Amino acid sequence: MTYEEVIFYVVAVPTVVGAIGVVTARNVVHSALFLILSLLSVAGIFILLSAEFLAIVQVLIYGGAVTILVLFAMMLTRVRDMPAALDGPQRPFAALAAGAFMVVSIFSMESTEWPGETDKINVISIEQIGNDLFTTWAVPFEVASLVLMVALLGAIVLARGEEGE
Amino acid sequence: MIPINDFLVLSSILFSLGIYGVLARRSAVLILMSVELMLQAVSINFIAFAVYLSPQAFTGLIFAVFVITIAAAEVGLALAIILRLYRNKATANVDEADTMKW
Repeated sequence: MTYEEVIFYVVAVPTVVGAIGVVTARNVVHSALFLILSLLSVAGIFILLSAEFLAIVQVLIYGGAVTILVLFAMMLTRVRDMPAALDGPQRPFAALAAGAFMVVSIFSMESTEWPGETDKINVISIEQIGNDLFTTWAVPFEVASLVLMVALLGAIVLARGEEGE
Repeated sequence: MIPINDFLVLSSILFSLGIYGVLARRSAVLILMSVELMLQAVSINFIAFAVYLSPQAFTGLIFAVFVITIAAAEVGLALAIILRLYRNKATANVDEADTMKW
């Protein structure tokens, strides 16, 4: 086992453990904390894939903003006060569907011949990403910023409610 | 070195757990968290394909940037909708919001 593999398992195991915690925890706040664990470990996976920029973005946006928003929503909707029946009656079917998806996707991935080298990580620098993002992908980038602005304005309007409420 | 399949297996597991969460949970907030897990799995896949298979174009990396952007917008909007639902129905459970169910 090379040291890269050891690092991979050191970050992959918390990712999966956190994900299992998110979907099975009986306490919703624990669920959110498991989500933070999982998201930060995914940032580690990104670093391992030599995508440092995305790892930083991941920690800032997911580790910071998204989990805080989720925790706020939990407090405001009082999911915590109704711990009874967090899962619906369809739970066994959900497990079946998820298991079937996992088997099919892992099987099809193992039986696919990927073109090119499949055991060497090519380092892509932040300069390259920035160059491409603002030349080849400039229009989608601007559209994404517009989408973000409209969505957040919509969120404010929705959450604020009508006048005099 | 780590073969690409390790990353793909990890992302399959994450995505399956996300599917399980979306289907099994009742609260909209918990479903949203499971959707986040699925988005993470997709991002891992995109980046793995970019750095292993097409390092010249690395479109997958750019796509992962967009995935994170859209995920941020989606979370903000979804939580506003959930708050609205809670204010109107006094619950955030998706199976109790059944006004349009015949």
